[in-house]
Amino acid sequence: MTQLILFNVFNGLIVGAFYALMALGLSLILNLSGVINFAHGGFLALGAYFAYSLAPYLGFWGALVVAPFLTAVLGLAIERVLIRPLYGGDPLYSLLLTFGLAYILEDATRFIWGAQSLPFQVPGWLSSPLSSRFFFLTGYRVFMIVIVVVAVGVLFSVLTYTRLGMRIRAGTRDLDTVSTLGVNVRVLRSLNFGIGIYIAGLAGVLAAGLLGLTPTIGSSLIMPSFVAIIVGGLGSLLGTLLGGLLIGVASGLTAVFFPSASEAVIYVMMGIVLLVRPRGLLGEEGRLH
Amino acid sequence: MWAMLLTLPFLMGAIGGYTELATRIVVMGLAAMSLNFLLGFTGVLSFGHAAYFGLGAYGTALTIKYLAPNTLLALGIGILTAAIAAALIGALIVKRRGVYFAMVTIAFGQVFYFIAFRWNAVTGGDDGVTGWHRMPIDIGAANLDIYGDDKAFYYFVLSIFAVCIGIMALLLNSPFGRTLLAIRENERRARFLGIPIDHHIWLSFLISCTFVGAAGSLYALLNNFIDPRALRFDLSGNLVIMAVLGGMRSFWGPLIGAAIFVALQDYVSSHTENWMSVIGLVFVLVVRFFPRGILGVLRGRASA
Repeated sequence: MTQLILFNVFNGLIVGAFYALMALGLSLILNLSGVINFAHGGFLALGAYFAYSLAPYLGFWGALVVAPFLTAVLGLAIERVLIRPLYGGDPLYSLLLTFGLAYILEDATRFIWGAQSLPFQVPGWLSSPLSSRFFFLTGYRVFMIVIVVVAVGVLFSVLTYTRLGMRIRAGTRDLDTVSTLGVNVRVLRSLNFGIGIYIAGLAGVLAAGLLGLTPTIGSSLIMPSFVAIIVGGLGSLLGTLLGGLLIGVASGLTAVFFPSASEAVIYVMMGIVLLVRPRGLLGEEGRLH
Repeated sequence: MWAMLLTLPFLMGAIGGYTELATRIVVMGLAAMSLNFLLGFTGVLSFGHAAYFGLGAYGTALTIKYLAPNTLLALGIGILTAAIAAALIGALIVKRRGVYFAMVTIAFGQVFYFIAFRWNAVTGGDDGVTGWHRMPIDIGAANLDIYGDDKAFYYFVLSIFAVCIGIMALLLNSPFGRTLLAIRENERRARFLGIPIDHHIWLSFLISCTFVGAAGSLYALLNNFIDPRALRFDLSGNLVIMAVLGGMRSFWGPLIGAAIFVALQDYVSSHTENWMSVIGLVFVLVVRFFPRGILGVLRGRASA
């Protein structure tokens, strides 16, 4: 029993790490630009498929580096052409646009790579279990956690210590003032969008190694990511990270005792948070409206 | 508009459509117009209306299958299911605004999707509720065979549509409706005037979701079948785009949007496998070039 619980908690942690990566990118874009990027899951899928197509030429490691980057470049192009004109307007329109974009990206993925699921090879030494007792601790899963920790660490240090990061944080609080101080807000928003998409692409490559590839790999992650943001608290990236991991583990634990509720439980958690602590775990007061 | 709706089944035949398509247009039109009560006339961005649509549908389907083979009773229970859920969830989320409201409504919508998807014993899970169909209505002297006769069912749907739309029109023209407009135009000012904003938004949400539930219920009756896809967030997005496409500042706009969207979806999905791209493209094009919708543009022309 202990082993079963440990297994599910660990699984939940892995799933939660995906939620967190997705939600961090979404949160970055939402905080600075007020846009809910519904197509985020589509970008995640693209990252995964780019890696699949690149792996034969660049190997696993090359793909891991290049695929998220390519995804971010595509994301920047789309942001430039379609999303930029909508900044500052009614959030209804950016929501609808990215909603349509999500349809298009998923369909394009299916059109190019096919609807059937594809395998994604990870290096052999990564896929063997590390311990026979804890069979679920495969090298790849541990490796994945390491990558996620590094990525989140890099993201938070960029936001804390670099000039770009400081500008993003300042812009989140008061974009007008940042603009008046001579910062090019357009470029800032684009870079911020690019970072968000890069993280989604990275999550895509990691997910591909774990789950294999299907065109819907990203769209199933988008809703839990919303929940992660709401549970963690709007406006707080740390809260988003925490929220993602928390709902992942909760979902994993529920799978032990009451499997059919493992998806619904995170929405129940969201309901409780909204009832008891409407601003979310680490959310700032006054960001609700 | 009414003349058009009354003759739609015959017009459909003339342009190569079929009665069921006409019925679907009216059903989705009712859903989009109900959504627009909240979206266009209260200015609150809900992206989770599929949940209440689906609840109405499931309420109806399960009533006929397990409780009593009575179409009107099933319709009532379907609507009631949606209304109760909306009242509860509305109370939880009514303080949120803008994007945040949208996000919370989408996320909550998914609860019902997963319940329908997972609760196999009752809902049939992914396969949906099968093995039932709508029942002819027997009111004293008249016997309305809405099961066997497509056109009779169309007029049954149209009369429910008329009742729902009539109530909404009355509400919008009442002082209550004017207050909702005031909230849409300037929430802060309305608050200063002493209007209990949250309570009004909750009521508007409840009304909107109840009528969406009615549409969902009719949708189940139309198909004699219901599956979890009627609850999924795709449908919420589709309803919003119908409202925007037709013109969300006008009362009839969403119906026109629904007609175009449903007809297009029907045409495209029978002609190409990549219908998702086409629908996605509709979203992008509407947002970029047509944000005020068809009726919005026409009205702009007329006044210019």
